[in-house]
Amino acid sequence: MSNQPVTSESRVSRTAVMALMSLLAIYFLLPVYFLIVAATKPQGDLASTNGLAFSHFNLFENLRVLFTRSDGIFGRWAVNTVIYAVLGAAVGTLISALCGYALAKFRFRGREFLFSVILGGVLVPTTALALPLFLLFSATGLVNTYLAVFLPSIVSPFGVYLARIFANAAVPQELIESARLDGAGEFRTFFSVAFKLMTPALVTIFLFQFVAIWNNFFLPMVMLQKESLFPITLGLYQWNGQTARAPLLQQSVITGSLVSIVPVIIVFILLQRFWRSGLAAGSLK
Amino acid sequence: MTDIATRATRVVESSVGRHRRSNGGGPRAGTVAAFLTPFFLPFVLFYLVPVGYALWQSFRVVRRTGGQYGTSYTTFGGFEQYVEVLQNSEFWASIGRIGLFGIVQVPVMLFVALIMALLLDTPLLRLKSFFRITAFMPYAVPGVIAAIMWSYLYSPQLSPVVDLLKGIGLEPDFLGPGAVLWSAANVSTWLWTGYNMLIMYSALQSIPQELYEAARIDGASNWTIAWWIKVPIIAPSIVLTTVFSIIGTLQLYAEPAVLRQISSNISSTFTPNMLAYAVASGNNYQQAAAISVIIAVITFVLSFGFMRLTSKKAGL
Repeated sequence: MSNQPVTSESRVSRTAVMALMSLLAIYFLLPVYFLIVAATKPQGDLASTNGLAFSHFNLFENLRVLFTRSDGIFGRWAVNTVIYAVLGAAVGTLISALCGYALAKFRFRGREFLFSVILGGVLVPTTALALPLFLLFSATGLVNTYLAVFLPSIVSPFGVYLARIFANAAVPQELIESARLDGAGEFRTFFSVAFKLMTPALVTIFLFQFVAIWNNFFLPMVMLQKESLFPITLGLYQWNGQTARAPLLQQSVITGSLVSIVPVIIVFILLQRFWRSGLAAGSLK
Repeated sequence: MTDIATRATRVVESSVGRHRRSNGGGPRAGTVAAFLTPFFLPFVLFYLVPVGYALWQSFRVVRRTGGQYGTSYTTFGGFEQYVEVLQNSEFWASIGRIGLFGIVQVPVMLFVALIMALLLDTPLLRLKSFFRITAFMPYAVPGVIAAIMWSYLYSPQLSPVVDLLKGIGLEPDFLGPGAVLWSAANVSTWLWTGYNMLIMYSALQSIPQELYEAARIDGASNWTIAWWIKVPIIAPSIVLTTVFSIIGTLQLYAEPAVLRQISSNISSTFTPNMLAYAVASGNNYQQAAAISVIIAVITFVLSFGFMRLTSKKAGL
């Protein structure tokens, strides 16, 4: 076989592959690019200028309007989002790690049964839980409070599933045994030995749970009527519904969307490697 | 501290320790419970109890004594709510839309994700991490915000895409009665393709390279290797992404709810979840519970059914 046809064939397929992937990259980038351009324009330019080209640079004014509108409610929504998604995911990761570690490392009766109950929980659609939770919470007076969104959000059966896999893979039984022999209690062993070894895995679990809470629109929608308790997603949704009556809100919806996704996108890109380990573990079955 | 010394002491001490502990080597039951309770308490309260409560509620009905204005009370109604849901044409219409959405969107999205994963795994492609990151980036965007972004690209007043298409003589109406379902499907595809791609790509990365060597020596092309070696090996990941996608489709709410704000072609009962919310807003919580239970059951049946079907076919 001569070398010539192989290289020319591969040059053709190389170009075809690049072209296809570039088209797809444009598809993925287009809405974000549009959002960036739109967020820098004054409201009046949104409809009158080309959506893909910059016009008058008005980003700072848009930001000022966004953060001062309705007594700075957007800042409040941002803080709420941090409480629900960041704090919720942190607490959720800790309790998932404790449970997954125990399921991986301790021998006790009913262990497999508990694990299969958790696995069943992975398949329960969370939106199916929101309405019955609303009724239970209204009976206990929890509706329209931070806890109504926070408490259900900390539960992640998938997090426990991942924690069990990671604890099995990352924490050697001998280390636990020797910590025990040194007289360390089980909690001390967990926090001083296992926690460190599991840290990359815990970051992965945290990220997955953060996304789940950040994405869960139905729960806050059902639970909250008080604007001051909204996460960003619900707040922007409400503003978006009012743009027909108050067209000037449109610019704040656009700027608010950009402000809320940019930090998350940056963190995601920086923490890329943690996603891949989690996704690999998820596909192991 | 030498390894042998620690090992020796461990053996001695663990035999001593065994007498100390009641259940042969593990920690005491109280300690195990202390590890499990922080998860299981909220899991039971906010997962299992609501599931049980929804089931219980779905078998109840509200009745009134003495006609329209009498006092109402709830009582056991058997399958009454389920019968009502199953006779509701709006319910079937929402299931039909979701079914159509799922039959088209899920295979298209997973096919694109698979092609991208395979291309990322070949030596043919440069700028791999750029392509991987751009595809994965939408995963950081919540469904509501993604739908808001796309709704601007669909809107006839603001969209540069509409302008472009008009420029070449087309009259696109992304929010029209026939198109709006596919506009919603596009938002889901945009959001989830990269995530699914990454699951498949991770699986591809764990295949040892030696597996391809033999095929290469036999003269197999990259495409032959991709379809006949790589795809069958990562089949479990493809099944997993399919199951996740089915679950996601059945729960669809945020994206059509946002598009409803700018299109009159999305009704308040467009998807099963929107129907459940609409029914609950009308204070018929029992029927909303029945809808939720039906959605959950369909999810289970389809997910398990698909897993069984594919594992049989593959002879696993």
